Amino acid sequence: MTVTETVQNPQAPARKRIAAAWGFILPAFAIYAAFVLLPMAISVYYSLLNWDGIGQASFAGLSNYWEVMTDSDLLQIIGNAFQLIIYFTAVPVVLGLLIASVIRNQMSGRFGTVTRTILFIPQVIPLVAAGIAWSWMYDFDGVVNQFLNLIGLESWTRGWLGDFDYALPAVGLIGTWVLLGLCLLLLVTGIAKIDPALYEAAKLDGATPWQEFRHVTLPSLRPEIGVCITVTIIQALSSFDVVYVSTGGGPGIETTVPGLEIYRLAFAHREVGLASALGVVLMILVLVCILPVQWLTREKS
Amino acid sequence: MIKTTSKALRLSLLACAATLSAPSFAALSCGAEPVTMKAYFETGFPLPSQLAEEFSNQFPNVSFDIREDQFANLMENSPRLLSQDNAPDLIRLPSISDLVANDLLQNLDPYFDEFGWDSFPASQLVQLRLHESGRPRGIGSLYALGLNYSTTGVFYNKDLAAELGMTEVPKTLAELDDLLARAKAADLQPIMQWNKDTAGINFPLQNLMGSYGDPEPINEWIFQQEGASIVTPENLAATEHLQQWIEAGYFPRNANSIDYFNMMSRFTQGQGLLMFNGDWESANLQQQMGDSVGFFLMPPLEEGGRYATMSSPLTFGIGANSNNPDCAAFFLNWVATNETARQINVEVGGSNPGGPAYLPLPEVDPNSLIASTLAASQVIAANNGAMDFTANATGAIFAAAWTPELQKMVGGRQDAEGLLETVQEEYEKQLSR
Repeated sequence: MTVTETVQNPQAPARKRIAAAWGFILPAFAIYAAFVLLPMAISVYYSLLNWDGIGQASFAGLSNYWEVMTDSDLLQIIGNAFQLIIYFTAVPVVLGLLIASVIRNQMSGRFGTVTRTILFIPQVIPLVAAGIAWSWMYDFDGVVNQFLNLIGLESWTRGWLGDFDYALPAVGLIGTWVLLGLCLLLLVTGIAKIDPALYEAAKLDGATPWQEFRHVTLPSLRPEIGVCITVTIIQALSSFDVVYVSTGGGPGIETTVPGLEIYRLAFAHREVGLASALGVVLMILVLVCILPVQWLTREKS
Repeated sequence: MIKTTSKALRLSLLACAATLSAPSFAALSCGAEPVTMKAYFETGFPLPSQLAEEFSNQFPNVSFDIREDQFANLMENSPRLLSQDNAPDLIRLPSISDLVANDLLQNLDPYFDEFGWDSFPASQLVQLRLHESGRPRGIGSLYALGLNYSTTGVFYNKDLAAELGMTEVPKTLAELDDLLARAKAADLQPIMQWNKDTAGINFPLQNLMGSYGDPEPINEWIFQQEGASIVTPENLAATEHLQQWIEAGYFPRNANSIDYFNMMSRFTQGQGLLMFNGDWESANLQQQMGDSVGFFLMPPLEEGGRYATMSSPLTFGIGANSNNPDCAAFFLNWVATNETARQINVEVGGSNPGGPAYLPLPEVDPNSLIASTLAASQVIAANNGAMDFTANATGAIFAAAWTPELQKMVGGRQDAEGLLETVQEEYEKQLSR
């Protein structure tokens, strides 16, 4: 009896399954839509307005986007964010690979644990706290200049965060310090998953440490490197807190980044339209940088 | 029966009070019913809360619900808070133009008549007058009042000055230049000034502008009056003078990495002969440095010339949606006229309490730093030399133009003409929006 019934109504379980699936998806989707998709759509709408955030808004067409693309200060600010990629992404990933390869063999021992813990600690510290601590170190009387004085390089001392040539690299190094731990942890975990047989085979074939790195470690770590690059590029392009607490964007606009400028345009200048346009452009830039990385580093199935 | 008696009693008491106190006392008050005033003050400045406390002592039916925020948050939150139904009754206002343009503040003209604020020196209130569209400033209705009126100038380290043989304060710009040159030659830091986050070097720059020219054109520019420009021959000369100071090494060479608090701690530790700042620091500096600190006004170009400096009200307004606007106005009037309030104002705030011209300044120790800054405020009043801060000309001009351009000048990447022209360009861009 039961069997015939099921056969007679084959759609029912499938429909039930779909309904159940929607039941699981809907709550999460509703929250995602309310707090991510909707604000994003509203930002796009705002970016087409001329609005001070309080009174009447007027339609501005694409003029806000035109200003983002042509204002030399805004272009320099976007350029600053791209320079930060060197310090937030390139240095931590390269250094992380290097350190991970070196401690690969000692990973299970006490040395490996201590190294990983020490290098990961900055990741636990809020960026704001890191920014404040580093700005003390970069201060004219801070440890950086104290060290330079100690080794007889008095002429190199300066107020690092107020110097037109060194402020951006100095801020970038704070990012390096924080993100190295994250990259290292991901890469060390990735290396641990590589089949030791591969390394043994390479050794038997007489591979040098460089060849081992180039042909075994690097290709096997492709997905982890992809994650590292993606996360750190996003951090670089959307940075705000480190810059806000360490330099406030100065001197001049040498360290001003889009995140900071969006905040200022929206709340100090009360130019909600222009701020939203810069926000949308920033999102597009992040996607343009991230999508190729994702495509290049995806795991080949 | 009883009701009538108590009413009559209250009326006669009110009549007594009216005859006893200053002529500006008016019938408008906070009444006798319990009132809770919603207040929004700036964190780190105890004066408004202490005044509120004293007010509640004198008028026990009034209590305050005080919320405090950092200056930057005040700036961001005030439009939103003021547009809500239960808007703050009393609010510390960083800038008023946008708020007036959006009808968020009470027009205080009725209170001006009611309380007789025409007895206040007109120069005190001019910065708080606005056209109803939000610009220009300096004319039109009154939209806020100052709890007090700050005075800026030059603090100096008396010990270092004595080392240099300075016996009296500079009376001309040339004498000030000479003092700076002697300090430099003696290997002292001539001026300790901040220029990180915001450009503190804008203080000496505007003081130099006030030395070279009259304050009126500068105020016109700040008030966004038609056709005003910051690029004038006098301002250019002043900015070139500032550049010479920078190039002569009178400011710390790392000024761009010294923030306000860093400057304060360095100056109080004796690292620096002069510091351009305002009397809101008088009490603090006195406490930290004792008798080793003095104050003088930026001297004019020529001896006997006109003194001018930045002086601005600690601005407080009443929300257009406030539930107790009369009581809030009564409070502001009380702050300016009540003897105890004026005493608290000077002792805690360190600035001139303003108010009716016929009221004497509260007494302070004649040898104190506050006494010299208060005396300076009277010199400025007599010279009609008060300027608002050029940093306040528009909501964003400080962050968008003065700060980056002055940082560039300190970094050797901007000259006087380029600086003023860039500032003017940004000013016009902001006004065109």
